[in-house]
Amino acid sequence: MNLATLVVGLAVATALWSGVQALNQQARTSYDRAAAVFGEAGARSIVSASGLFVPQETYVALRRAGWKVSPVLEGTVRIGGVSYRLIGVEPLTVSKGSPVAGLATGADLEGFLQAPGRTLVASETLAELGAVEGARPRTDGAHSLPPLVKADAVAPGLLVVDIGAAQEILGRPGQLTRLVADAADRHEEAHLVGIAGRTLRIEKAEEAGDLARLTDSFHLNLTAFGLLAFIVGLFIVHASIGLAFEQRLATLRTLRAVGAPLWLLLAVLVGEVVLLALVAGALGMIAGYLIAAALLPDVSASLSGLYGAHVGGHLVIEARWWLSGLGMALAGALLASAMSLFKVYRLPLLAVAKPLAWREAQHAQLLRQGVFAVLCLLIALAAFLWGRGLVAGFAVIAGVLLGAALLLPLGLVAVLRLGERQASGALAQWFWADTRQQLSGLSLALMALLLALSANVGVGTMVEGFRKTFTGWLDERLNSEIYFDASSIEDARFIESWLGGEPRVTAVLPVWKAETRIKGWPVDVYGTRDHATYRGHFSLLGHTDDAWDRVRDGGGALISEQLARRMGLALGSVISIPTPDSVWDIPVVGFYPDYGNPKGQVRVNVDHLTRHFRDARRTSYSLRVAPGAAPAVIQRMQAELGAKLARVVDQASLKAMSTRIFERTFAVTGALNTLTLIVSGIALFASLLTLSDLRLTQLAPVWALGVTRRRLADLEIGKLLVLAAITAVLAVPLGLVLAWCLVAIVNVQAFGWRLPFHVFPMQWVVILISALATAFLAAIIPVIRLQRTAPQDLMKVFANER
Amino acid sequence: MRASLESPKATPAEQSQAAGRAPSDALPLLRVLNVRKSYATPQGPVPVLKGVDLTLEAGSSLALLGESGSGKSTLLHLVGGLDEADGGEIILDGVRVTGQSDAERAALRRERVGIVFQQFNLVPSLTVAGNLAFQARLAGRFDADWQSELVRRLGLAGLEARYPEQLSGGQQQRVAIGRALAIRPRLLIADEPTGNLDEATGDEVLDLALDLIRRTGCGFLMVTHSTRLAARLNRQVTLASGVIAAS
Repeated sequence: MNLATLVVGLAVATALWSGVQALNQQARTSYDRAAAVFGEAGARSIVSASGLFVPQETYVALRRAGWKVSPVLEGTVRIGGVSYRLIGVEPLTVSKGSPVAGLATGADLEGFLQAPGRTLVASETLAELGAVEGARPRTDGAHSLPPLVKADAVAPGLLVVDIGAAQEILGRPGQLTRLVADAADRHEEAHLVGIAGRTLRIEKAEEAGDLARLTDSFHLNLTAFGLLAFIVGLFIVHASIGLAFEQRLATLRTLRAVGAPLWLLLAVLVGEVVLLALVAGALGMIAGYLIAAALLPDVSASLSGLYGAHVGGHLVIEARWWLSGLGMALAGALLASAMSLFKVYRLPLLAVAKPLAWREAQHAQLLRQGVFAVLCLLIALAAFLWGRGLVAGFAVIAGVLLGAALLLPLGLVAVLRLGERQASGALAQWFWADTRQQLSGLSLALMALLLALSANVGVGTMVEGFRKTFTGWLDERLNSEIYFDASSIEDARFIESWLGGEPRVTAVLPVWKAETRIKGWPVDVYGTRDHATYRGHFSLLGHTDDAWDRVRDGGGALISEQLARRMGLALGSVISIPTPDSVWDIPVVGFYPDYGNPKGQVRVNVDHLTRHFRDARRTSYSLRVAPGAAPAVIQRMQAELGAKLARVVDQASLKAMSTRIFERTFAVTGALNTLTLIVSGIALFASLLTLSDLRLTQLAPVWALGVTRRRLADLEIGKLLVLAAITAVLAVPLGLVLAWCLVAIVNVQAFGWRLPFHVFPMQWVVILISALATAFLAAIIPVIRLQRTAPQDLMKVFANER
Repeated sequence: MRASLESPKATPAEQSQAAGRAPSDALPLLRVLNVRKSYATPQGPVPVLKGVDLTLEAGSSLALLGESGSGKSTLLHLVGGLDEADGGEIILDGVRVTGQSDAERAALRRERVGIVFQQFNLVPSLTVAGNLAFQARLAGRFDADWQSELVRRLGLAGLEARYPEQLSGGQQQRVAIGRALAIRPRLLIADEPTGNLDEATGDEVLDLALDLIRRTGCGFLMVTHSTRLAARLNRQVTLASGVIAAS
């Protein structure tokens, strides 16, 4: 049984860790495939110094000057309401690592270059589009893509076309996003200045790979959860190995006494641990694969919803995943057995069979744990005071969680001692005293339960707080009743005047947009018209008294919270927005929350937007209509405007879509939370099972003195429920501290926005019930075993010949 | 008289006398009639007791002798209500032990039987005072004066707040005897009570036990390998291969 709990513990720990790693690896492989379109990893990019576009003439000039560069144009197209990343490349000059590089020598080069050209897509994208090879899907902007061709080297969600086709589809003739230099190119930046002045710059390697960078925090969150589950699993392994070694101490002592060398014993024991770790690790890897496969759709939806990143739908496992997973299992098992192995190393040869002095052992253990707990809390405090970045945020959380977990037995002892003092009956007194005695064997499992419960409270509070804030924010932000996109600027003008004749429409509000990059970070600049819809409902985190007037007059801009944090902008600061022609300096007059947006955002007066960005997308609008008129207006628009209307959606659908993305985003977190709780339940179960033999010697005298087995079984359940309840009660404040760390440190570092902190007492009730249910389920089998123990087995405890 | 009978200090014998039944002292305290017991093993049932007859008067003591495996501990456990016989009859203090349910046997142990084990088997989570009072409080017959006397007589004064692991073997066995006598049992059973003690300490512990047993007037059944210790009891019965070989 001990062996089974050890294998299960290690397998479960490895499963959750490797499952999360499989998801991360899958996502990163997709990002790498997306980035590989441009060429080999590490290839340098030359981009516009203003953050906008590189003129095609500059490319020609650089080629003439001997630069081995290849042009790239990137943009987003929508097909059937779904966003895809369109990339235009030039197959003759593209770098060797690119999946389109093969076209240069392949027979399909002609087909790619000549009209109608080719669109290279992954098979997943082909399936998502519901199209077959050769099909020419139309974008929502009414452009037909070149015929689709399957190319598995292309990442899912990408559409790769010839650069000329991309310029046409994206409406950017003569413009390029970047020039990718061949890895062999050795030209220096000074040479670049000589050709193109200071209009270009060489992008640093760390700036490249937007997706990998944007999604780093998401993957770090997943990794943190995987690590937490792994650590919780190691608690099981530690308990099982500890007991296995404890049971064999007498045998080991005998072996040493008859002359077996210490090194040989240790080698055998280490070999045993390694063997078990490899077997359990392999089982865990298989389970991890299944977990990852089950969670992949939600992770994929989260990444798509949050970052527009497409992750392949089929889990592809690489050899290094196997190696790293088995390595973790091995390292974890050796770590968990280190203390036991050390005990064997220091095993005194002539130790007599002294009964375990549990009180002294418990006292010493509590003291050690207390010191270590204080150390962990000090590390957390230091990380909080002096640390920077996401890693420091996680260090705070890890320090607080570990410190609190180590302090748990001290807290439990204090509460149980109080219970013992208050108890009056003999059984009641024994109940509290015996529960306290049991702590030594159960404290690791209870610590694991505390971690799992507080993670549930913490993440639950954060997610619920986010949901509450997000819903309220959506209500404010999506205040208009209808949102639509016109197919072209001409169509937009036509629709605007057509809407003038629709009496149920009370306001037509343009939501025009331009894209730019500020210090390398993608930023959307929105132009809106001054209207009560914004003044009355658009929530601002901070603003000047005349913010809306200044925005209306073009003398101020509102910026998103994450942009402000990232650029270190305060009210009154001037933000420099690169435009196609120059740089637009405009004072910041307010900040607003923009939850979940990985890009920066600026909101300005629409007329000033079009003045600075002649290429702004002028096709999006929102409409205010008379109460209850939205469905009829939409119906009329669809009937009378036909193809002029690229997309129309009512407020409720848009909110539902946003909420759906939100829910899927946190589905993964919820699943990992539940799995962690299950792991802690297994830890508790494993501890109880491995302790059951020892418990028999402690319970048998009480049975002999006249307490029935049934009553003892009830009391055993009661003890565990008391321990679980105390742990759950302590988990609530710890969970709130964790939630605060997530909200105030991790989210701000990871996403750039801070949520208001809410508490949800009903969640605590659910956690208490979960803890009790976990404890009950963990205790039920050992307790049934106890209840069914035959009297002769109980009497073996007293037998002289035992 | 009535009030004293209803007091928790009244023993079952006193209660039955008050209820008009024949005082159990008139009958043997313990009657064991043709008791049989076997244990199931993978090789089939192994008979341990093959029909044992025995009686013990209140206030008298009996030593059960025999080699390992002769069935003496099994007989002790059956008499004490720790296990169930396969056949025969055991009557203790006028109560038929054989055929009792688990709960009834638990009540019998709690209220009429004091048990002392070779390994002491104290409750490790309770102090000396807690251990001494445990069974008496379970039975609802805790008597503070009697407990104080036990503490004094057993030489445990000053050790009440200690835990079993902080005591020597002799001290632990004295606590175990005190715990068993704290309920003023009708029968005290002891399985090799001095087996884990040196000879001098064993003698000292047995002296104390016999002295206190005389004071309480209970019956005393002791399993031992030592003929020397057995000789100090009123009667000696030797078991061999599950039957009484000498009496």
